[in-house]
Amino acid sequence: MVDDSTRKTLSSIPLLQIRAGPREKDVWVQRLKEEYQALIKYVENNKQSGSDWFRLESNKEGTKWFGKCWYMHNLLKYEFDVEFDIPVTYPTTAPEIALPELDGKTAKMYRGGKICLTDHFKPLWARNVPKFGIAHAMALGLAPWLAVEVPDLIEKGIITYKEKS
Amino acid sequence: MSTAIDELQAIIAELKTELEEQKTATRNARDKIEHMSAEVVDSNPYSRLMALQRMNIVKDYERIRDKAVAIVGVGGVGSVTADMLTRCGIGKLILFDYDKVELANMNRLFFTPDQAGLSKVEAAARTLSFINPDVRLETHNYNITTVDNFDKFLATISESGIQQGQAVDLVLSCVDNFEARMAINSACNEINLNWFESGVSENAVSGHIQFIRPGDTACFACAPPLVVAENIDERTLKREGVCAASLPTTMGITAGLLVQNALKYLLNFGEVSDYLGYNALNDFFPKMTLKPNTQCDDRHCLKRQEEFQARPKPVVVVEETVSDEPLHATNDWGIELVAEDAPAVETTSKPAEVVSGLRLAYEAPDKLDISSNETAAVGDGAPEASLEDLMAQMKSM
Repeated sequence: MVDDSTRKTLSSIPLLQIRAGPREKDVWVQRLKEEYQALIKYVENNKQSGSDWFRLESNKEGTKWFGKCWYMHNLLKYEFDVEFDIPVTYPTTAPEIALPELDGKTAKMYRGGKICLTDHFKPLWARNVPKFGIAHAMALGLAPWLAVEVPDLIEKGIITYKEKS
Repeated sequence: MSTAIDELQAIIAELKTELEEQKTATRNARDKIEHMSAEVVDSNPYSRLMALQRMNIVKDYERIRDKAVAIVGVGGVGSVTADMLTRCGIGKLILFDYDKVELANMNRLFFTPDQAGLSKVEAAARTLSFINPDVRLETHNYNITTVDNFDKFLATISESGIQQGQAVDLVLSCVDNFEARMAINSACNEINLNWFESGVSENAVSGHIQFIRPGDTACFACAPPLVVAENIDERTLKREGVCAASLPTTMGITAGLLVQNALKYLLNFGEVSDYLGYNALNDFFPKMTLKPNTQCDDRHCLKRQEEFQARPKPVVVVEETVSDEPLHATNDWGIELVAEDAPAVETTSKPAEVVSGLRLAYEAPDKLDISSNETAAVGDGAPEASLEDLMAQMKSM
């Protein structure tokens, strides 16, 4: 269900320890620090292995996240805006990652451009509460989605390469 | 010049007809009715419902006017649920949804193509108030899972009942995703409100309803969701290209099961099912009861369980006559009695079939397995950094 390279990527992202959602104001700050530490480590790992593929930042409460992700295809870089809210039931439920500009362009999306995850994602997430965080959601959710969908969308001519202005 | 006038006159005539049609439509809507009457006349919209009293099914049907129900999710199941409760003369309906009506929804019931583009709650409220103007309708067009909206949701279901300041009598979950179900679950655990969860599988061939009474039956976080076993080989299941399939039949049936049990609960008749599944492929309806998990992750669930344990239980007296004589001395045909009671299941089960025809959606995490063998935890050996520092560090990467 999870291939070896994903498994390797996953095992190098630090696990989180604090179980707290955004409604638990005090403990949430602790969880948020863990989220940032895990994300920083994940981005560092990606840079080292030459597979840097996203940037994220949040509002100061850590409830709204936004940034960019990109995918290399035939030596061209396709970039997309990423956004998601932290649901009140986090970390029991994973964040629903959205790529708003692709909304309506692929069937593998729910309303608002939320990506369709595989059948394996949610069970895997559920078994790893509260150890998995945003970094894990990116690695297990968005990365494989981009790897499958972007080449397909390019091939169908639905997305085209944009020259950096 | 004269052709222009002719054209204008034609347009005016057309508009007049249209206006007249519109007027007729509104004129045909009935006025509000003060009291439900049992009188059997063609003009009484409640005569067939009030007949339930005469048939000894329901005592005092008109109590339904004192009931407020919140419906979360006004899609394939929720809209039909709202329609049914409206026709039953429910006192108040509160609708939550953040989606718009789309033409892609037309394979389901209730919404019509001319409503495409309208918010689901607004479109539903228009139709429902036309069907039965006696029902008080309240609509909320937002996603309940975000931090700000969740508090609004919580306040609404705990204060917008039949009387202002009073909680609603029942919450019906007709949403299509795990996140929203968990949000409803935590809200209802927090304010101790009974609710029904309902769902239809992504391949449209099974559905279920689940009655959750905080502390008494398993909450939605007590165990992985129960799903109806469809006996379809996972490998042959095609998922390419689409998110979910849907059928008006499965959704209508699920809404019917949901409202039937909601009515039984609200008006105290019959027996309310704790969990009822529907397998459309072989018309099988598995039924069971789920006990709460004493190690549930939701702390409010644990609190409700404590309260429930402390409450005195109604004593059910069962008269039993014991006889030594065998009832039937011979049994040539091997006929035996099988208990009809729905089995009660502890929520610590493994993903294998829980009862015949039902299984857990995935294996529950093992509570004892806290440590991970290979992966380091966050902050191992790192100096304590402030959140602001971390945010700045991430931003500068």
